[in-house]
Amino acid sequence: MKLNELTMTQLKAKFDDGQATASAAVADVLSAIEAGQKYNAYITVCEADTLFARAERIDKARISGAPLGALAGVPIAIKDNMCMKGVRTTAGSRMLENFIAPYDATVVERLEAAGAIIVGKTNLDEFAMGSSNETSFFGPVKNPRDSETIPGGSSGGSAAAVAANLCSAALGSDTGGSVRQPASHTGTVGLKPTYGRVSRFGLIAFASSLDQIGPMTKSVEDAALLLEAIAGHDPRDATSVDRAVPAFQSFVAMGVEGMRLGIPREYFEAEAGVDPDVLANVRGAIQKLEEAGATIVDISLPHTEYAVATYYLIATAEASSNLARYDGVRYGYRADEAKTLLEMYERTRAEGFGDEIKRRIMLGTFVLSTGYYDAYYRKAQQVRTLISQDFDRAFSKVDAIVTPTAPSAAFRFGQKSADPLQMYLEDIYTISCNLAGLPGISVPCGTNKAGLPTGLQMLAPRFEEATLFRVAGQCERSLA
Amino acid sequence: MSVYDKYEVVIGLEVHCQLLTDSKIFSSAPTTFGAAPNTQVCEVDLGLPGALPVLNKQAVEFAIRAGLALGCEIRPTSQFARKNYFYPDLPKGYQISQHVHPICEHGSLTVELESLSRRVRVMRIHMEEDAGKSSHLEGKPVSLVDLNRAGVPLIEIVSEPDLRSSDEAVAYLKELHSIVVYLGVCDGNMEEGSFRCDANVSVRLHGQAELGTRAELKNINSFKFIKDAINYEVRRQIDLIEAGQKIVQETRLYNPNKGVTFSMRSKEESHDYRYFPEPDLPLLVIDSAWLERVRAAMPELPAKKRARFVEAYDLGAHDAEVLCASAPVADYFEAAIEGYAKNPKVLANWVINELLREVSGDQTIDTVPVRPPQLARLVELIDTGVLSGKLAKQVFEAMVESGQEADAIVEEKGLVQVSDEGAITQIIDEIFEQNPGQVSAFREGKTTLIGWFVGQVMKQSRGKANPQIVNDLLRAKLEGQ
Repeated sequence: MKLNELTMTQLKAKFDDGQATASAAVADVLSAIEAGQKYNAYITVCEADTLFARAERIDKARISGAPLGALAGVPIAIKDNMCMKGVRTTAGSRMLENFIAPYDATVVERLEAAGAIIVGKTNLDEFAMGSSNETSFFGPVKNPRDSETIPGGSSGGSAAAVAANLCSAALGSDTGGSVRQPASHTGTVGLKPTYGRVSRFGLIAFASSLDQIGPMTKSVEDAALLLEAIAGHDPRDATSVDRAVPAFQSFVAMGVEGMRLGIPREYFEAEAGVDPDVLANVRGAIQKLEEAGATIVDISLPHTEYAVATYYLIATAEASSNLARYDGVRYGYRADEAKTLLEMYERTRAEGFGDEIKRRIMLGTFVLSTGYYDAYYRKAQQVRTLISQDFDRAFSKVDAIVTPTAPSAAFRFGQKSADPLQMYLEDIYTISCNLAGLPGISVPCGTNKAGLPTGLQMLAPRFEEATLFRVAGQCERSLA
Repeated sequence: MSVYDKYEVVIGLEVHCQLLTDSKIFSSAPTTFGAAPNTQVCEVDLGLPGALPVLNKQAVEFAIRAGLALGCEIRPTSQFARKNYFYPDLPKGYQISQHVHPICEHGSLTVELESLSRRVRVMRIHMEEDAGKSSHLEGKPVSLVDLNRAGVPLIEIVSEPDLRSSDEAVAYLKELHSIVVYLGVCDGNMEEGSFRCDANVSVRLHGQAELGTRAELKNINSFKFIKDAINYEVRRQIDLIEAGQKIVQETRLYNPNKGVTFSMRSKEESHDYRYFPEPDLPLLVIDSAWLERVRAAMPELPAKKRARFVEAYDLGAHDAEVLCASAPVADYFEAAIEGYAKNPKVLANWVINELLREVSGDQTIDTVPVRPPQLARLVELIDTGVLSGKLAKQVFEAMVESGQEADAIVEEKGLVQVSDEGAITQIIDEIFEQNPGQVSAFREGKTTLIGWFVGQVMKQSRGKANPQIVNDLLRAKLEGQ
């Protein structure tokens, strides 16, 4: 077995036994990336010389017995909306096609402090806006499970890189399901931490109150390991929370004996449009959890039907403001030969942004405008509170909630891109979690009739990622 | 009665103060003024992708100080908001400000004018970040942007439309200026823009309840310009109304060279700022413990200090005002009082009439060579009759020159006042001998000659004779015989 095919935990064990070196791991990953170019998973692969130099330093340190970080020598990919000093950071946009970040995101600092080797920057929907990876300026990512289908989005590049073994693990970012939905479509594990658990400093903002960076891995244990490395308070992000980071790995094997798991009836109703194969797989998983000792509880999240509308009002409002800085003045794309300042702004933004970005900026600008603010933005914030309260009530009865991750398995390129509303419904099960700031995880849960993976989502109260790791770990074992 | 007297002037002021924090309001970049362009910046100030704001605690405390000084309620929770508009010196495409829930609300400031005392309500004080600076190169299709100022903390102090003349507006601004400088929250430098003002000006007929349509005069940076701009604007509005025209709500700029205001943009052209709560910053929570810590560290404010000076030192209102116009001067005076407490009035005169004359250019009250204990000693020497007022001035000048103690100068120059009656009598006798005509003229009734005799004695003694004793002895000798 090549080193790039191992989970992080397996690779670490080989490092510890002296059966593998970081240099060899980097070599295997780089040749896999070379062979896997057809997936278009990476926008930028770091210089091989730099990667090998870092790997050799770690190997030498290991031989000399120097203390090493938890991820020492592990090749990791990060979504290309996280700044890495001296490396091109594009957010999948023409606007930042040639932008070299002059500083490191906190997650990059933490990965490097833990000894990880960041091998490259993965493809994504432009500015993380999309559910299929079709909006990237750098072209769509192909799903390694079936290259005729989308890998999901917006963290499609990270999901594909993990699924195709083009790295040991990856980071994605999740604003409305952008880690969990592509994990579901590629048969990998994707975790969105509690809002505030992981610093957003250096993450190119889409919607500030919803964005959260999370691990995308080959196993639940890997997700726990990676989260431990990146989580924790950061004084440079005022929304990051000063709270101890538990040893998440210790919860993975704990089992679900005595836990109460809620099944929200609204998520399973026919009109939710869930695919029968997905439904069957989810029901099968729930049964396995029950067999493992969990109590299954019927619950209600009555405001679920408003989640998608609420999300697209809040997310676009914040995005319209967050993306105002891409104006051609200081960095990034600037339209040539504009005669006036206004023309420079208009042409820079017309030419630098793709259609989906412009659609969302216009939507967001509209909902914040005088005369519409109360009807849309304020109303959305009120509904957001109601959705959040639904979960608070549910969590007074259950430890975690189990749902499908996405309504169907991966679809074909172009199948939904002509109809934005259809595309937005891809996130119907994942969006509420972001609106309420909860942690959520997606684990592989069987396949559909065509053999494409489907996912199971678990949600827990804020800062209860440990609970997610217990349930997800049980699923992984029960469904193996 | 002039047509202008038919109208009442209504003014509300919005004052921006740059806060004297070491670092910016949302980043740790320094706030040094006058540094090379774009050097006092970090990823946050540049609006780089992924950068996030973190609120500067010192800026919050400065805003609270200003709020307490103006009798405001300090909100236990306030909120930052984004004000969205495009401009090259606004790096993020939005300014982080406060909108619906500002940090301070409902204060007031009482302004004393010669003929009236006016309580001006302060609607709110909110915190926000300054923008950068654009320079447009003459004749070239190029603009330059310096972002050193981007992110410098500001408070905006917004008054209700309670002011009724340009004089009141200037008095309000001066009082506010002195308060923020006293508080140590703003350097008050108007030329550099650390203290700048927008004025909302309208007119209405006396007795009319509703407000007239206002014009907003933007970014005026001197007391004189404020006065001139408001006066011009008032006349312009009244002239328009009298000519049967309507006032348009608009933003206007003042041109100090021409002494006129001109339209910058009308209400229709004004931005829709699309304010919404800043999602990158949590609510600002100020608990009572924090508030009390800030309150306990508050310096005494000018109005209170003036009243105390009048009361405790028996000073006139004018002297108290001059001394309290700047905290370092008031502190100097009180330090001198500590050195010699018996005659605050004379001490005040010396500070106001002599010492402040030495304070100009590079010389500040804190660097002037005559330190408070030294001035105190000089006044003591006058009080105890060692020096006459005239001699004291010579000594003071020498103290400024050399930085020496008064006693040392007195000794070195032999400037001790002669109060020895024998010595003075001897001089008087000599003068009588040399000027018998003047003596008889005095005795025949020309008593105004007393001044001439005093002058002669002082001259003879080279100013050292104690003038009171000279006077007493002369009268005794001239009138007694």
